[in-house]
This record gives sequence, C-alpha cells and structure tokens, in this order.
Amino acid sequence: MDLSYGPEYDAFREEVRSFLSSHWPPKGKEAEQDFLAQAIHFRRTAIEAGYLARAIPKAYGGSEQASDPLKAQIIREELGRAKAPGDPGGIGTMMLVPTLLEKGEEWQKQKFVPGTVLGELSWCQGYSEPGSGSDLASLKTRGELDGDEWVINGQKIWTSGAVHADYMFCLVRTEPDAGKHAGISYLLIDMKQEGIDVRPLRQMNGSAHFNEVFLTDVRTPKDWIVGQRGEGWIVSRTTLKHERNSIGNASMVEATFKGLVRLARESKIDGRPAIEDPAIRQRLATIEGYVQAHKYSGFRQLTHQLRGEDAGLIGLMNKLHSTNINQEVSKLAFDLIGDDAMLDPEGGGGLMGVAPKGAEGWINLFMSSLGVAIAGGTANIQRNVIGERGLGLPRDAYAQQSR
Amino acid sequence: MDFGLSEEQGLLQDTVGQFLANENDPNQLRARFDAEEAHDPTFWKGQIELGLAGLLIPEPFGGAGLELLDAALVAETLGRAAAPGPFLGHTLAALALARGGSDAQKKTWLPKLATGDVTATVALAEGEGRWMPEQWELQASGSLTGQKHHLPSGAAADLIVVGTAGGGLAIVESAAAGVRLEPYPGADRTRRLDTLHLEGAAFEALPEAGAAEALRDAGLVLLAADAFGGASRCVEMSVEYAKTREQFGVTIGHFQALKHQLANMALEVEPSRGLFWYAAHAFDHAPEDTARMAAVAKAHLTDRFMAVARDAVEAHGGIGYTWECDVQIWFKRAMFDRTWLGTPGFHRERAASHW
Repeated sequence: MDLSYGPEYDAFREEVRSFLSSHWPPKGKEAEQDFLAQAIHFRRTAIEAGYLARAIPKAYGGSEQASDPLKAQIIREELGRAKAPGDPGGIGTMMLVPTLLEKGEEWQKQKFVPGTVLGELSWCQGYSEPGSGSDLASLKTRGELDGDEWVINGQKIWTSGAVHADYMFCLVRTEPDAGKHAGISYLLIDMKQEGIDVRPLRQMNGSAHFNEVFLTDVRTPKDWIVGQRGEGWIVSRTTLKHERNSIGNASMVEATFKGLVRLARESKIDGRPAIEDPAIRQRLATIEGYVQAHKYSGFRQLTHQLRGEDAGLIGLMNKLHSTNINQEVSKLAFDLIGDDAMLDPEGGGGLMGVAPKGAEGWINLFMSSLGVAIAGGTANIQRNVIGERGLGLPRDAYAQQSR
Repeated sequence: MDFGLSEEQGLLQDTVGQFLANENDPNQLRARFDAEEAHDPTFWKGQIELGLAGLLIPEPFGGAGLELLDAALVAETLGRAAAPGPFLGHTLAALALARGGSDAQKKTWLPKLATGDVTATVALAEGEGRWMPEQWELQASGSLTGQKHHLPSGAAADLIVVGTAGGGLAIVESAAAGVRLEPYPGADRTRRLDTLHLEGAAFEALPEAGAAEALRDAGLVLLAADAFGGASRCVEMSVEYAKTREQFGVTIGHFQALKHQLANMALEVEPSRGLFWYAAHAFDHAPEDTARMAAVAKAHLTDRFMAVARDAVEAHGGIGYTWECDVQIWFKRAMFDRTWLGTPGFHRERAASHW
C-alpha cells in the first residue's frame, strides 16, 4: 500500500502545470473571444500536448495516449486547479463518442467525433419517453424508411441540453414486428430542422435542465444509423471503458461534506454555533463515516484500474452510495438553516462539484439530490443492479415475463 | 499509488481463511459457542502455529514484525468466520509490550508471547463507558487494588496488560496473589469476557510513553476489521438463504422487496472495506490521521455490523430468530464489536474533535 504518486508522476504533474501556465487563461486576442471559443482553442492545444481526448485515436481528432488512470487523474486535478476547460463534459463525449468508436461506420467517426471532442458539436440523448422510463425498451417513437430517409415520429423526455444541441442520438422503434428489444434502432438526428419541438421542463427547484422533445415527421438520412437495424438496444449498451473517473466523485462528496461542517460552524442554535450541539455533532460524524468510506472506496477502484482488474461489486455501488450520502448531507443542512428552510431555492444554482452556498444553495441540494438519485437509473433500479449483477440474485419475475 | 493489498497480504488472508474453513466449520463453531469451557486451547494452538500470536511482535523477539494492516486483515478473516479465541486481547497486549516495555520486559515476555507459550490479554474498562487512557483511575503505587471490566478471553490469559491512572500501563500475572478473574455473562460466546479483581496485586509498570494510545488506536482498528468481516458474512448468509429458500414456487431472492433489502445491506458494508484498510495503514504510515481515522472506522463499521446483523435476522424470517440459526452468533459478535472499547457515539464525538 502506497498512497504517493511517485517521482515519475510528480514530474508529469510539473509538466502539466507548466503547460497550463503558458496556455490558460488565454492572453491577447484570444482573451477577447467568448468562453466557448476560448475553450475550443485551448482544447486543440491540449489535445496536441496529449492531455485531452486521451482515449480517442488521432485519426478522429484525439491524442491517442496509452491508458493511464493516474495521469488522467493528475490532468483532471491540475485542470481543476487552473480552472481550465477539460474534455467536454456532456453526453456527447460520455456516451456518443465511445459508442461510435466501437460500433460506428468509418465515415460516421470522421464526421462526428472530432467536433464533439473539441466541444464544437453538442449532443442530446433521445432515450426516455413519457411511457418508458425504467422499462426503456418499451419505447414507442417510430422510425419508418421513406426512400433514402428515416421518418421519425414520437416524443422523448428528460432530454438534457436539447435546446442547444446540434444532434440527437436516439432510440427508435424501426421493426415493429420484432421483439421488444430487437425492434429498436440507434439513429442520429439533426436537431436543427422543422418537426423538432423542444419544450423546457421546469423542475421543482425552478430551473429547467431537462426538456421534452416532440418529433413530427423528422427526417434523417438512411445511413445515419449506428449498427444494423434492430441492433439499437445492444449499441446503446456500449459504455465508456477508458480511464473511468473513480475518485473524482469521491472528492466531490468530500467537498460537499466540508461545506456542511462549515455551515454547522456558521449556523446558530439558541445563540450558540450549531457545531457545538451534541445531536448535530453526532449526525455530522455519522455522515463523515460514509464520506470517508466513499473516499477510500474510490482509491480502491483506482487501484483496481491501475492493476487492470475488474472492480467487482464495488463498481456497481458508486451511484447509490454517493446519492445516499448527498441526500443525508442535504437533510442535515436543511435542519441547520433554521427558518430559512422555507425559502424558494430559485437561483440557488450549483448542483455538484462544489459545496452549495447560502440557504438557497442548500435548499437546492435538498431538492436536486433527489433529482440526481432518479436520473440515469433510479435508486431502486440501482438496487436491482446490485442485487442481480452484484449479488447474483435471480431477475425479477415481471422483467423476465416482458422480454 | 497503490491502495490495495500485496500478494503476501492476500496469501495471509487465504491461509488463515483455509485454516478456519477446516478447523472452524459450522459444527465446530457451534460446539465452541455452546461450550461450558470459555477457552478451547487446541483451536488457539492451531492459530499460534499459523503465527497469529506474534503478528505485531518485532522479528528480533521472534514475531513476524508485521504492520497493523496485516493484523487487521487477519482480524477481518477471523470476524468473517466468527472465530472464537484470544486473538484480540493477545495481539493488543503484545503491541502494548512492544511499544511500552523496557528492554528487559520485552526480552522476558515478547518471545513467549510470539510462540504462544504465554497468552495475554488487556484490562482497560473501568465501568460506565470509561475505556480511554485518560479516563483510567486505577492507582499504580506499590500494588494494584481495584476492578477492571470486560477483559477478552481472560480464562486463556497468563499475563494481563492493565491500564492505570494517567494513561499508564502495567503488567500483572494472572496466577499472582491478589489477582482474580470472574466470568462476565456476555452474549458473544466467541470472545468470553471477564471482570478482573485486584487486591494488592504485584505489577510492573511499562515505562515508555504513548503505548496506551497506540493500544487504543490499534484496538479500534482491529474491531473495525472484525466488524467488516462479520458484516460481510451476514450479507453472504442472507444472500445464500434468498437463493435457496422457496415460497410461492420460486426462490425468495426473486422478490424485489427482499432483493432491495439485500442490496442495501451490501451497500452498507462493501464500500467501507477501504475505510478500515486506510485506518490500519495510517497507524504505521500517517500519524496525523491515526487517532481520527481509527475512531471513524470503529464507529462506522461496528455500527454497520450491528445494523446488518439485525437485517440478516429479518432476511432469514422465523428461522433467523432461533438459537439454531447461525446468524445469532454474528449478531452477538456485533454486540461485542460495537460496545467494546467504546460505543460508536462515543468515538464519533472523538472524531468530531478533529474538525
């Protein structure tokens, strides 16, 4: 057991720091551009230096570096310290690019990957529908071939970023006579066309992160399909395999906890700092146990990655463990802010990554921690995954029947 | 950067695990749990032959000279098997002597502790939750007179490391005049407890400072490790049961209510493995984190063990509530781990003092 990075990596960190000090923040003419332009310019340079798009082949605009989770971690830490842009964080780099690299046609990779890893092209994900949430494969949006084009009709929901997205990758039922999963294809759609109607969904905390997307006779070329007809379900299961960020999540959880301790120092109960109240101290310390467990669980997973081992059960637990912790943090914060716990959180902003500020910020976490626990697979779905894939329990009777 | 176990550490756990699978199978465990005799010398001898008596004793004195992480991995393996025996008290007493003893004391006792010719335990608690060095009041002047509570495996012990006023440590031989052990009716029959009565007992003080604090932190880590092992076994037993027990024509693991309960149990346990690893690692490598992380690990893990043991009873249905079902053995081991050396609430308060 050795928690230091070692001289080779310390040298690498110095190299990244020196790169950043000469390239970020932008100077001269660059500094007058808008942030997106600055970010794209910076990414080009950072990709050339081998710091971004590390898992992407050079042929598709990446830097094609050997997988090295420690270097990736150091780069993330140093970019964070310098407040410099990293790889675009959206669903395009997280999901579409790995899917295209594994399952896409050559021309698709050339057309879509380079712009996406730079942040020039943005994507939204057309998966969930009003009637198809956890049971995603029951989706009903139809695609019919009309000559050289698909014609798509239906409705998608919970579509983050649809207002600004250039393209959507979308699950569409193209083979109505095939089975539930076998009837689905994975299509790419240009969002800037008639027939696409994006309506923002206002969340309980007042902001509008998600959208509904109505598709009426939307058209996309016949060859904008990834994989064969009816293979969409399998294509959509392609996951990011490179340099998974296992300890980034743990450091966010730790940062939020530190914010909670700060809040307990600043809040008063009967005129005394809340942190001196024994009941509050016990609750804080109970949460700290989970936070520390989560932190070292992240270190364990990083080590598994470095050794090329499968993380096993623990790898299935990250989401539920961290969303549980965030909910406990937000509930204690809610008690600490006293009468302000009746405030409307609108404008509280901030979701993950940094500790919330002010009563509105904590109330926002009180609400948004629920949203995060639902998004991307609800807590109960996570429990199914842990139970079935982690503990080897049999699949639900209902899920078996509906195949 | 490597936050994982070495090959040797994996081998150590495998060796101990294999020994326990052979020598502490469910029938043997049950017999020891139900036995009148508090101590099974043959089973302890097997553990001694594996080297478990001298893990933390420096090599010049015949021990293995290992780190606390190695001892914690053994504690995890013993906890997983709910293995009876004096490992906990003996390991802590040996550590106290190695840290606090004079050269002469170390030369006299450590080789015998390493070979298991002498078995030792620790006498810390003074009642009303007073487990910590700064809370001890037993006066060490001339001779020892007073009571100490909750000695683990006292019946096996030839030598006792006793906590004294001002955070000192002393050694007492259990065969000496004025030393009497009285069994305490503890629920955990895998680690029987005794009350120590001292009436003018002869003692030798351990002169080196800091040994009592080391004993405390190591003890907290070993309990956390034992709790992790025990809690993991509770999850396993419950999952195994859900895969075999049938109702309504299917194994009950099909039912989502139970599946989710089992997933929650696993979620309470598995992510905290690294917590006891780090607390143990810090003991030898990160002095600034040692006391705090030992407290956090003990509070978190022994609480998880108790909660998961309760869930395990529920997951087993009616049979889980019987003496015949093995779950009760781990349930009672959890009661010991949770309270011995101070409750989770007590150690959370200690951890909070580091914010």
